[in-house]
Amino acid sequence: MSTQSTTIARARATAQAGRRERIEPGIILPSISLWWREIVRFYRMRSRVVGVIASPLLFWVVIGSGFGDSFRAQAAGGGQRYLEFFFPGALIMIVLFTSIFTMMSVIEDRREGFLLSVLVAPINRSVIVLGKVLGGATLATIQGFIFLAFAPLIGIHFTPLRLVAAALSILLVSFSLTALGFIVAWRLDSTQAFHAIINLFLMPLWMLSGSLFPVNGASRWIAMIMRANPLTYGVEALRASLYPQMGNGLGLSTTTCLLVLGAFSLVMFAIAFAMVNRRRAGSAA
Amino acid sequence: MNSSVPIRSSTPQSTATETPSAIAVQQIVHRYSDRTALDGASFTVAEAEIFGLLGPNGSGKTTLFRILSTLMKPSGGDASICDWSVVSNPRDVRRNIGVVFQEKSVDVKLTAAENLMHQGHLYGLSGGALKTRIAQMLSRVGLSDRANEKVETFSGGMLRRIEIAKGLMHHPSVLLLDEPTTGLDPGARIDLWQYLRILREEEGITVLVTTHLMEEAERCDRLAILSAGKVVGLDTPAGLKSAIGGDVVVLDASDPEGLKNKIEEKYRVSPTLMAGRLRLNHTQGHRFAAEVAEAFPNEVVGASVSKPSLEDVFIERTGHKFWTEKD
Repeated sequence: MSTQSTTIARARATAQAGRRERIEPGIILPSISLWWREIVRFYRMRSRVVGVIASPLLFWVVIGSGFGDSFRAQAAGGGQRYLEFFFPGALIMIVLFTSIFTMMSVIEDRREGFLLSVLVAPINRSVIVLGKVLGGATLATIQGFIFLAFAPLIGIHFTPLRLVAAALSILLVSFSLTALGFIVAWRLDSTQAFHAIINLFLMPLWMLSGSLFPVNGASRWIAMIMRANPLTYGVEALRASLYPQMGNGLGLSTTTCLLVLGAFSLVMFAIAFAMVNRRRAGSAA
Repeated sequence: MNSSVPIRSSTPQSTATETPSAIAVQQIVHRYSDRTALDGASFTVAEAEIFGLLGPNGSGKTTLFRILSTLMKPSGGDASICDWSVVSNPRDVRRNIGVVFQEKSVDVKLTAAENLMHQGHLYGLSGGALKTRIAQMLSRVGLSDRANEKVETFSGGMLRRIEIAKGLMHHPSVLLLDEPTTGLDPGARIDLWQYLRILREEEGITVLVTTHLMEEAERCDRLAILSAGKVVGLDTPAGLKSAIGGDVVVLDASDPEGLKNKIEEKYRVSPTLMAGRLRLNHTQGHRFAAEVAEAFPNEVVGASVSKPSLEDVFIERTGHKFWTEKD
């Protein structure tokens, strides 16, 4: 009996010692943890990995070579094949799909209850945005880079500076679109609703980004919309770093395009931040 | 229960003169757009107590649970946990509570150990201390051998255990559990309750459990019975039942209304008519039932006498049955 009570006393002492330290998780550690979880989850779902790599490749080859002859890019100047013109557009499409659809996990986290345990932890809500958006952006960037590795196959060769510019445009497009996906997903409670909303502006966003046809070949109104589309700056920056001889379809320097993208990223991220930090009376989030 | 503990505003101050209460709920009110879920509920929970929140669906217990776990702000009133207000200091409350939700909150694509690691990170644990704590918690809940298996392969009982391990990673002093035995088989239920007792005994953890099950409420040290957002009973299970006084007599009659009048006339007690049956409390239920049956042999069709249950307490306090309560 006495040994038992000493055990109990010791256990209580340990428990209290554990409690005495003030719990101060900060921002970095929890964010990294959420980011890591996003990556692990993705690679544990093999079908997602296969689908995301294979479908844009297929799309690029089928559409690119199918349209190739009848749909010559007017801006391509010289004998550039459509398959080549379409390469940056296809790359941006992978990034676009991956970025936005990884944020469907926000809805799943809420439905599956995972989000609840994050919400009752003594952390800043910003951790949720940081961890999730960086996680999704990382995945999208990696996929963009994998696709970029095919570039030499169609005869594209990089100088180090152009490679950095290409990488930066992929990174910024991933980040801003993931944040956009987060904003849409945060208030929704079903993945069906997410699909509906995203499809409404995902396809127009991509089609009017200079991915399918160049800005300076489009009619006046369409060209105006394309200039207002932040994604256009990503596509043009990428295309200019892949084919410097082609020039920028917007008539802007690559640096300017990257700056516009950077500003767009910041705005998206700030909106996501503000949404998450609003603690509403009466609802769970 | 009798003295209300002042709620801390911003700085921790020890109130040495008063007995510490782990949880103090004060006049809490919560309104949704269309209805009032909590209507001025108050109670306190002592340290190292296993406290039950018993109520049917729609009684407001889930709302109260969400307020205590800082997921929602109440529309009025306040509650404190370890003397921190859930309204003005939610971050401090969160440092002190472990929460086990009714729905699962683990990530099924991660292993048991990975889930605990992630949880540890959310509470600032890392490195060797985190590793030690993970191993400790896994062995505590008997899942050491499944540490590296994905949680999606776990049974209901194992899921519940990993949820509890998750809630306890950061040594909370208060553990909140929402309907913890939902979906568990009887064996796993008994295990769970044993474990809650051990936690209380060995670590002095305060446990608050919501439940709609009478037999589960019986296991708590003390109970608050919730009905329509109000606390209608607050005591030990035995205390609540003994307050009824004597036995519960239930009579089936061919003409319940008529029998009710006759009993009132003859014995000057007033049975309540509920769902076609007459019920009343009597110090000597057996004798009374026999007397009534002899006095009105044609009216009484059946009679039963029993010691009061928590359901009887609920009926006594609210005037209606536990399960027929409207939202």
